[in-house]
Amino acid sequence: MNMIEALNSAMDVALTRDPAVTIFGQDVGYFGGVFRATDGLQRKHGLTRVFDAPISEGGIVAVAVGMGAYGKRPVVEIQFADYIYPATDQLISEAARMRYRTGGEWWSPITVRSPYGGGIYGGQTHSQSPEGIFTHVAGLKTVIPSNPYDAKGLLIAAIEDDDPVLFFEPKRLYNGPFDGHHDKPVEPWSKHPASEVPEGHYVVPLGKANIVRAGNAVTVLAYGTMVHVALAAAQETGIDAEVIDLRTLMPLDLETITRSVSRTGRCVVVHEATRTCGFGAELAALVQEHCFFDLEAPIERVTGWDTPYPHAFEWEYFPGPKRVGEALRRTVEA
Amino acid sequence: MLKNSSRLHIPEPGCRPGETPDMSHITVPPAGEVRRPAEDVDPAEIRDLAWALIRVLDDGGNPVGDWNPGLSADALEKGLRAMMLTRAYDARMVRVQRQGKTSFYMKSTGEEAVAVAAALALEYGDMCFPTYRQQGLLVARDWPLVDMMNQVYSNSRDRLKGRQMPVFYSSREAGFFSISGNLGTQYSQAVGWAMASAADSDSRIAAAWIGEGATAEGDFHHALTFASVYQAPVVLNIVNNQWAISSFSGIAGGERTTFASRGLGYGIPSLRVDGNDFLAVYAVTRWAANRARSGLGPTVIELFTYRAEGHSTSDDPSKYRPGTEAAVWPLGDPIERLKAHMIGAGLWSEDQHAALERELEEVVRAAGKESESYGTLKEGARIPASTMFDDVYKEMPPHLVEQRKQAGL
Ligand SMILES: Cc1ncc(C[n+]2csc(CCOP(=O)(O)OP(=O)(O)O)c2C)c(N)n1
Ligand SMILES: [Mg+2]
Repeated sequence: MNMIEALNSAMDVALTRDPAVTIFGQDVGYFGGVFRATDGLQRKHGLTRVFDAPISEGGIVAVAVGMGAYGKRPVVEIQFADYIYPATDQLISEAARMRYRTGGEWWSPITVRSPYGGGIYGGQTHSQSPEGIFTHVAGLKTVIPSNPYDAKGLLIAAIEDDDPVLFFEPKRLYNGPFDGHHDKPVEPWSKHPASEVPEGHYVVPLGKANIVRAGNAVTVLAYGTMVHVALAAAQETGIDAEVIDLRTLMPLDLETITRSVSRTGRCVVVHEATRTCGFGAELAALVQEHCFFDLEAPIERVTGWDTPYPHAFEWEYFPGPKRVGEALRRTVEA
Repeated sequence: MLKNSSRLHIPEPGCRPGETPDMSHITVPPAGEVRRPAEDVDPAEIRDLAWALIRVLDDGGNPVGDWNPGLSADALEKGLRAMMLTRAYDARMVRVQRQGKTSFYMKSTGEEAVAVAAALALEYGDMCFPTYRQQGLLVARDWPLVDMMNQVYSNSRDRLKGRQMPVFYSSREAGFFSISGNLGTQYSQAVGWAMASAADSDSRIAAAWIGEGATAEGDFHHALTFASVYQAPVVLNIVNNQWAISSFSGIAGGERTTFASRGLGYGIPSLRVDGNDFLAVYAVTRWAANRARSGLGPTVIELFTYRAEGHSTSDDPSKYRPGTEAAVWPLGDPIERLKAHMIGAGLWSEDQHAALERELEEVVRAAGKESESYGTLKEGARIPASTMFDDVYKEMPPHLVEQRKQAGL
């Protein structure tokens, strides 16, 4: 399965197993979503389980919170992560705090799926990586898969989770494991082992990172598209990097991170989002707190620049394998 | 006890791919039927107009009724020309997108009158807050096509410095506000501009456009609230082209009432107009603009039209609506209808029309050639990449100076 098919399968499984699962969002019903992630689900599960929503992100999340209060398990799609902002009040002030402010009397078992990240010439309103805005909020979970197998298992886990989960899908990975070499032809998922996805139910638990490349020279912390970029950088520089795919940012698998960095003594953090106050800042702080006496080099961050995502300069903006490779080299040579 | 028959209603359109398109649910009242109230009418007296359909051109192309704006031959020709130029421009830009010279494009085919007639009914100094489907405003204001193309290509002459996706134009000089990708945001901003203008007793008014789909956004309702509270001099246009990507207007709340009627709850006079009738759109816009300029506040106008083509170059409408639906759209095509009117009035001929078509194609072709000489998205000249660090702030802060250095730019 490619990533879209894996996500589709996850939702199909969730709809089949739990009658409370309800899916809605702009264009997700009959059409099956602008990226086709919900293709066929309305036909199979019925109009009231999978349906189109008005163009109102605030409304979509608010209604999900209300349905959750009734006892449903809503899975909503925000068509692009860049359009999630009208929903931030409902996410931050409502869904995130529902359990806390009611002492556990109410909660928001909602999943908000949204394609994120650049690489499709989407300009500043179809390319953003806003995960850091949400990882900053107490009460929200944030999940970002990097391959079809994880995407399905993590999405099922997110849907089954009783807390509100933001599930950001790297849209540049929908059709293949993009490693940042935009001038090379896209390789399909079918050539990648993670495209072997079971048809039925399974979960990839939230809060468990995955070591996608074992190594001794330096630890790279990455998620989403940047996992593939980091792997390419390791291969191209020949540096024996250990690449960790975080998979979930909140809850975070700190143990896997610290075990690796304590051993390698070096750490590079990469993400596509802007740098200042990005999730990388949190990772660098945690590594510093937990591994300070094992560190042999400053922690480096490779990120998107602190500008909006420019349409024409997508590839100057995108932190590709060259920039990641340079950071690896500086870190191992320090 | 009442029997429980509660159920969740999910709106569905009349027909889907593979079915015979059916527009019988759309009632098209005869042209000329709707009265034209005085511009200073009390909004309470014209609430019915939010469910009417103001039409001037009848099926034979004759202008009928109170709303006929009585335009001169010159004005008609200007309107026809701008609509045809917009269509020719759209056609070329889709072709170049297909050739890979840019990333994306959006046409306004079938709804050209919405923007063009409004632009001609407004004063040049009036400020427009459009969506991505009102390129006709720039064309009607004689904005150079080359400049628009430069933006679409993100080339070396793109005044927006390659930062925006194609068609997200901006022209301060042409009174055309920067287009946002985020739906609806411009609508309430237009009200703010109008409030500021009124506060200065400035005679310029604002006009805003929003798709029927995007009326579901909070910004639509913010706009109506503020426009009503402060009686802002603004024309609030809702372009109901029946579709929002794959969602029919029922998903935006169009099943129970009209989009024009949204204004009534806010006490705003609200008109519904045949959006493919150039004369009707002109007349209604003029009525609303005159009200605004005389201190009588906002007007909501629903422009009833049809998105004749795909949402964008990324869209395939045959996946969600019958391919032949456009052919049965009962309000016809705005260019064909104005042409028929002008021919009927003895102001125009088939030969003149064909000659103009050829001329405009040449105009667009020449502009295209010039613009491509300044580069296209992936080839030729472009703005230096280092400029992507400019304009984040008025003055570049030290961290961006440092990042620009790291980028090697
Ligand atoms: C806040 C926001 N949500 C979603 C989108 C994605 N989107 C772009 S255009 C569109 C449909 C808009 O339909 P409508 O308002 O009817 O305008 P039309 O395209 O028909 O002119 C959607 C959902 C967006 N651009 N911004
Ligand atoms: Mg529409």
